[in-house]
Amino acid sequence: MEIKVVKQIMEWNEDCSNEVKRELDEKKVFMINIMGSPGAGKTSVIVELIKELSKDYKVAVIEGDITGQIDAEKISEMGIPVVQLNTDGACHIEAMSIKNILAYFNLNDIDVLLIENIGNLVCPAEFNLGEDLKVAILSIPEGDDKVQKYPLMFSVANILLVNKYDMKEFFEFDYDKVSMYAKGLNPNLEIYRFSSKKEYDNKELFASLRRKIKDKLNK
Amino acid sequence: MHELAITEGIIKIAKEVAEKNNANKVLSIKIKCGDFSGVIPSLIQEYFDIVSRGTIAEGAKLIIDRVPIKISCSECNNESEIKRSDIRCPICGGYQYKIISGKEFYVEALEVE
Ligand SMILES: Nc1nc2c(ncn2[C@@H]2O[C@H](COP(=O)(O)OP(=O)(O)OP(=O)(O)O)[C@@H](O)[C@H]2O)c(=O)[nH]1
Ligand SMILES: [Mg+2]
Ligand SMILES: [Zn+2]
Ligand SMILES: [Zn+2]
Repeated sequence: MEIKVVKQIMEWNEDCSNEVKRELDEKKVFMINIMGSPGAGKTSVIVELIKELSKDYKVAVIEGDITGQIDAEKISEMGIPVVQLNTDGACHIEAMSIKNILAYFNLNDIDVLLIENIGNLVCPAEFNLGEDLKVAILSIPEGDDKVQKYPLMFSVANILLVNKYDMKEFFEFDYDKVSMYAKGLNPNLEIYRFSSKKEYDNKELFASLRRKIKDKLNK
Repeated sequence: MHELAITEGIIKIAKEVAEKNNANKVLSIKIKCGDFSGVIPSLIQEYFDIVSRGTIAEGAKLIIDRVPIKISCSECNNESEIKRSDIRCPICGGYQYKIISGKEFYVEALEVE
């Protein structure tokens, strides 16, 4: 006997991410999932976002790492609530882990929750976490062919940061090519040139984030 | 990359459906797998053979139906197939398009007895 089903195989993650989303909607928390290769500058970007957004919002961070807590310590020194999520070998974060870890935060006292995903351009893209925004970071030294090589990441992201833009002159990095390929995959993608050492589109990025946060939180 | 977790997901679905239909054995599982999904079908069958041991799905055959990546180009208005290795529109060479299929990954049907 044949039985027709049509069941999404990753449904467990989708169900869980919907639960997270509902909880964050209720508590009025804006969650941003920050993804990129090892060393692309995820922690550095988070530090810049904290400096900017904590002027007006209460910011907290979930630090995903396979093991250790170096990045979490860096954030904690800034006086920001941070919970370390060690995936114990797994190469991405799943919604279930976020659901469990939310219990460690006082969500009534948080406006913006930043997640540093595991350094990896591949599978973090496959897992929705219940976030309001996905930010992909591609840093100049990684090369300008990464959109072609890792298309899924760039097709699911809402924002792409071309990071370490201050390094552009040392690498043959074709920014126009990257934005053209990325927009091809994802016409609604917002792309910003970013650096934690110098101003590029940093202000435009902050303005866009503020608009999106305000839309959700009404403040 | 998470073919093992995925395989466990497939077995869970197979168990649920088989039990609901009072089946004794799952003979085959039809899966739709888009080329854009990043899943490696051959690995899934191998994991499946190991992980399904002792379950109602033991010995079942996975029939994996690959779905090519199809785009609808907004520059030349054509629909065509692309590969992950070359993501340009094959007709006009443009990059402004919508992906209309190739991301799917789901269990489509089960053959049980
Ligand atoms: N020149 C330059 N270097 C940067 C910039 N941002 C980060 N870096 C450097 O890049 C290295 C990695 O930065 P991190 O922020 O730790 O990167 P990450 O993505 O968090 O790394 P993992 O968590 O280990 O995956 C550090 O040595 C930073 O100082 C930048 O805008 N310009
Ligand atoms: Mg880091
Ligand atoms: Zn992974
Ligand atoms: Zn075309």
